[in-house]
Amino acid sequence: MKKRNAILTLAAAALLAGLLALGSRYLGGYAMRILNLSAIYVVLALSLNLLNGFTGLFSLGSSGFMAVGAYVSALLTMSPEVKEMNFFLEPLAPALAGLRLPFIPALAAAGLCAALAGLVIALPVLRLRDDYLAIATLGFSEIIRVLITNAQSLTNGAQGLKNIPKSATTWTVWGTAALAVAFMALLTRSSYGRMLKAVRDDEVAAEAMGVNVFRVKVASFTISSFMAGVGGALLGHMITTIDPKMFTFMLTFNILLIVVLGGNGSITGSVIASIAVTVLMEAMRFLDGPLNLGLVKTEGLPGLRMVVFSAMLMAVVIFRQRGLMGDRELTWDALADSGLLPRRRKGGAA
Amino acid sequence: MDRSLLFQQLANALSLGSLYALIAIGYTMVYGILRLINFAHGDVFMLGAYIAFYAVSAAAMPWWAAFAVAIGLTGLFGIGLERVAYRPLRDSPKISIMISAIGASFLIENLGVVVFGGRPKSFASIPLFDTVVHFGSVSVLSVSLFIPVFTGLILAVLLWIVGRTKTGMAMRAVSTDVDAARLMAIDVNRVISFTFGVGSLLAALGGIMWTMKYPQLNPLMGVMPGLKCFIAAVIGGIGNIAGAVLGGLLLGFIEIMVVAFLPQLTGYRDALAFVLLIVVLMAKPSGLLGKRQAVKV
Repeated sequence: MKKRNAILTLAAAALLAGLLALGSRYLGGYAMRILNLSAIYVVLALSLNLLNGFTGLFSLGSSGFMAVGAYVSALLTMSPEVKEMNFFLEPLAPALAGLRLPFIPALAAAGLCAALAGLVIALPVLRLRDDYLAIATLGFSEIIRVLITNAQSLTNGAQGLKNIPKSATTWTVWGTAALAVAFMALLTRSSYGRMLKAVRDDEVAAEAMGVNVFRVKVASFTISSFMAGVGGALLGHMITTIDPKMFTFMLTFNILLIVVLGGNGSITGSVIASIAVTVLMEAMRFLDGPLNLGLVKTEGLPGLRMVVFSAMLMAVVIFRQRGLMGDRELTWDALADSGLLPRRRKGGAA
Repeated sequence: MDRSLLFQQLANALSLGSLYALIAIGYTMVYGILRLINFAHGDVFMLGAYIAFYAVSAAAMPWWAAFAVAIGLTGLFGIGLERVAYRPLRDSPKISIMISAIGASFLIENLGVVVFGGRPKSFASIPLFDTVVHFGSVSVLSVSLFIPVFTGLILAVLLWIVGRTKTGMAMRAVSTDVDAARLMAIDVNRVISFTFGVGSLLAALGGIMWTMKYPQLNPLMGVMPGLKCFIAAVIGGIGNIAGAVLGGLLLGFIEIMVVAFLPQLTGYRDALAFVLLIVVLMAKPSGLLGKRQAVKV
């Protein structure tokens, strides 16, 4: 069984790589951009799901850590000339002006810086729970945004950064997404992952079983911040411009929508929902433009698209709280049990 | 330090603080009953201001009638919001209700963008609220004098309702123990609807006063005041009406004073509230006037 699953996983990865190769050859730049964006959302959704779904910590701080990651990686990869062009109001701090790293190390640095920020925030904030935690994390992400807006000589303030190297190619974003999925799959099956779930389900019982609840929470928060930082960095390298206005609560809302839609505590759910929501967000752009519904004609209603998505979020929470997958996973075993895969040996219950 | 400048800033702080207090009361009442952060409260505030705007500009009502209509409709809207977005989830995990609240908030904001348009609108000036009053060297808008008076009156009325009337007793009972309250033949749903109604009325009043003070409307105008007033409610001790007023005043004073006397921090103004929130949550999680609740295992 194990061997079959490993082979199937490798085959699926190869198939994905093949499809992406075909896609980047035959699909237009626009379609590939959306696909790449969904890969970034996979990383971001998994980062939030680790907290929200697996550790039971309701955090609303994603956008802050994304901002940290995006700025760090942008500043580390831009060439000195581009930096000079960007920082015309006030020169960049000299220590950073000459510093330049290749893309992958810069991405790792972005993650590490975001993780550090996460750790610093986690220590005070994780003493809170539920709604207080949500508000405090939201507050911290807002503080990070205000700090970035005001640190003119470090971040170029409200002007943001332009001409960030466009290094987030199909391979790097999907590679990162695959790594994130693999990491989450391994983590949640390990004893550490069971500790996270124990903390989620019953803190007191977990503590009684010898789990150091606070440490587990801090670790989970830090890892999640790392992933959010990497996701934010990728986003910056894809769009090639970033500014503080990009990292508002709106961004966190999109990620939360994906996590809830896919199912709190389901990795495959998050992956499916990331792709579905990103594609839908693009596909429904027509809603913001002029509409012709036969009887009703509109001139174009900007905002209608977000109305649909917020209504969707509410409908899911009210009518199908478990989302698409609940906390279950779409695994090879589950596929085999449902008869979608040929079964050679005796598997689980039919 | 210039004396008249100090008095001027004190007057500004008092009016901003009482405005925060007005909105914070709505948060604190809902939280006191349902243990729910009504994320959409700031958007209800926005809605109140817009209804008043359209009642004056499109329906050509006199301002007092427009305000009454706006406050009444917004109250009804709040009751409806609770029915649709929160009641179905009352027995669900807390996270679900919060997500629904966030969804409701985004839904109202974006519906606002669709229906009202994203471009800011400006409220026609109303002489009663819009004249400048001078006290020696201190000059304030007349609306800034009305706001503290309204807030004070409302605080008194609410304290009377909660502390002295039967409805108030029912509210306190529901807040303490929903099941026991139900056993005592209290109509829990009605109490909750009443609370949402009152909270939304106050949000509408706050929204209208806000646009009298800063006469510009846009569909996202409720986001920042909403967050700040929630913070004010937490600072004062969420669930406690007098605490909300205290928190609102405190937040207003700190914001105005920091910007007035440390102008180099002006850019950080919007972060101040969050810093204050985190400090309070670390030092005294139950807020200034809140009661400490033991966690039962």
